[in-house]
Amino acid sequence: MNLHKLSSRLCPTVTQRFRHLHIQSSGQQLEAVSEPNLLSVFRTSEQDPSFHSERHTGQYYTLPAAHIQKLFPHGLPPRFQLQIKTFNEGCVMVRPPALELISYLKKADYSKPPLRYILYGDIGTGKTMSLSHALHYCYTQGWLIVHIPDAHLWVKNCKELLPSSSRPSRFDQPIQASQWLKNFKITNERFLSKIKTTQQYVWTKRERTEKGQPLGELVDQGVNRMKSSSDVVGAVLRELRLQAGGATEGEGAFKLAVAVDGVNALWGKTSLKKEDRTMCEPEELTLIHNLRKMMKNNWSGGAVLTALSQTGSLFKPRSAFLPSELLGEEGFDHMEPFVPVSVSNYNEKEFESCYLYYLDRNWLQHPHSLSEEGKKELIFLSNKNPSTLERLCAFL
Amino acid sequence: MAASGCRGVRSILWKYGSCAKNLYVSRSKMVPQLPLRQISVASSLWKKNLAAAGPQKFTQEFIDKQLEEFEVGKRHLANMMGEDPETFTQEDIDRSIAYLFPSGLFEKRARPVMKHPEEIFPKQTAIQWDAEGRPFHFLFYTGKQSYYSLLHDVYEKILAIERHQDKMRNKGLFASDTKQILLTGSRWLLKEEIEENLVENISDQDYLRLIQLMEKLLSMPYCSLEEEFILKFRKQLEVQSSKYQIPALQYDPQGVAFSVADGRRKTAKASITLRDSGSGNITINGRNYLHYFPVLQNREQLMFPLLFVGMMGRFDIEGSVEGSGHSAQAGALRLAISRALLSFVSEGEVEKMRQAGLLTADPRIRERKKPGQEGARKKFTWKKR
Repeated sequence: MNLHKLSSRLCPTVTQRFRHLHIQSSGQQLEAVSEPNLLSVFRTSEQDPSFHSERHTGQYYTLPAAHIQKLFPHGLPPRFQLQIKTFNEGCVMVRPPALELISYLKKADYSKPPLRYILYGDIGTGKTMSLSHALHYCYTQGWLIVHIPDAHLWVKNCKELLPSSSRPSRFDQPIQASQWLKNFKITNERFLSKIKTTQQYVWTKRERTEKGQPLGELVDQGVNRMKSSSDVVGAVLRELRLQAGGATEGEGAFKLAVAVDGVNALWGKTSLKKEDRTMCEPEELTLIHNLRKMMKNNWSGGAVLTALSQTGSLFKPRSAFLPSELLGEEGFDHMEPFVPVSVSNYNEKEFESCYLYYLDRNWLQHPHSLSEEGKKELIFLSNKNPSTLERLCAFL
Repeated sequence: MAASGCRGVRSILWKYGSCAKNLYVSRSKMVPQLPLRQISVASSLWKKNLAAAGPQKFTQEFIDKQLEEFEVGKRHLANMMGEDPETFTQEDIDRSIAYLFPSGLFEKRARPVMKHPEEIFPKQTAIQWDAEGRPFHFLFYTGKQSYYSLLHDVYEKILAIERHQDKMRNKGLFASDTKQILLTGSRWLLKEEIEENLVENISDQDYLRLIQLMEKLLSMPYCSLEEEFILKFRKQLEVQSSKYQIPALQYDPQGVAFSVADGRRKTAKASITLRDSGSGNITINGRNYLHYFPVLQNREQLMFPLLFVGMMGRFDIEGSVEGSGHSAQAGALRLAISRALLSFVSEGEVEKMRQAGLLTADPRIRERKKPGQEGARKKFTWKKR
């Protein structure tokens, strides 16, 4: 038992030495790195995504724990959540697609209708992580964030599918809606009291939300009364659409970031069945119907950030990744015009950085993985695909 | 079995050859007529079930007749096939028989054959006793005369070498480090091979004793005097990998070396083009290998030959594969890659690759389902009623 403890204590020192060896071999950046604070070539001290530039590509920055709790109560991919738990820190690599997206966001004119950005790319190339990075930028800039972490979850595996009380032809998903409202509340705590409703909403004979009430009350209504939660989501989105861009400079002004992961779910098929055993169309779901309105560019003062996703999508071949394939004709027409941002596999530098990061975290435990041969094996087996590499390293 | 088949063929040929018979009558008279001798057949060449019926005996006369018939039949077959009887070889005979008597029998030995009588009738020991019934050989009553006489021979050699040693010692020329026999790359004959040479059955114990004696002979300083004798009991081993044909490198118009190879496993067939000085791109059936093989183990299979020769990331690989499942396809690609790599590596590497099992095709295939059972081996669930 003691021997085991000793070896575990020795282990970090060994890998530490290895890492320095690597730094020396990687050459010119050695001067930039100061040894004592252990900031290595693969990390950047720049924690604010708005200052990230080409200089930082391939380096990791740390998402502050407070931001993770606030911004992503449900929004990060599960594998990354596991990694945060294991490494006790949330490190995200600064990659070109995210930088490209952030630079667009910086330059855009927010008095005009919102621009729609679509992140697309092969399976496991890091679309969701790029989206999260851009979203973190929006958060640090003080935007209001509407984040749908995976739209696919709204069109499948729904426990409760109830006919809508307001419109009989539609269907409500109270569980998903109230869940989302809860998370929305956590993310946008600071705006809830400032935004006022612009019209009166009647839920039942007794319950209503008066005009001029803060938005927080509207959200609470949805969280407390499961039955009306789907309609509340629609109302909240409507209010945000109307008030975004800040007609009044000052107190109530805010910019709106709509982030939808797996946007192709909005125009795909669903696996939900109605009472009469026929398949539900996506536009018959209240949540999807409201979300589609958000995708239209008839409002101003914000941006629509979306990522396509094959993972989790229904009735799509595994090899499909282009917007035209995943969105389908209808979806493509809806989304046009949009700004496509391509996400690809790691390049040499990014791979090296990721490899060093895993070594630094003692995540690569196999002695062979330290050698040059081992690295080549990792390259071959993962083809520099981020997600595959992460899965591969998880048991080495 | 083989003999009967031979006879069957011959009887058919004979009908057609009756006109030619006269031509060869004079020829048969030239064969010297040996005195009629009873020939005892070595029991080693007959299996147990035949032994029950008593050893089958063939007289020398009979064998000679068979030989003559074979010659005639061969010439006639050549005429039938429209070929030159003088240059008609055994391969031609086999080909003609397969053509004239097509057989779908699974067991190869059950198919019709026409072979030289020496190959069909087992080698038999010659007569061992004279007209009065006395054996010729003094070790006859040991029951294994040729084995024991071999032991005698070997011991004789040992004594001769000892005498030689003494002679050298007396002259003062004795040196213990004399020339040794080079034994690398060869092995002792197996028990079965020695049995065949001696035309006698010997036991494992006997075989061991013979090898011990040979080794004693080998350990002596002047054993090289008897090199020729010793090498008769050793068999040269060939280097296995030299059997593989290594195709020469090909060059495309840009001067880049490439090689092409095929591989198979189960029913999957793969072909690969390996291009030198690439960046490690791999496409299979026009798709990225990461998409084609989502399972890690299959990608490991692809990687292994490249990893083994330490040439990872050097080649661009373009492959096509069809048939069977994903794991068999990966295995077929692995074999194809290893074969394509042969052109790029040295001789020694090839032997190492063979020993690592990279060049051996996996012979395992699906076993057929049997009637009366659920699968190849599995039986139906047993129910009392």
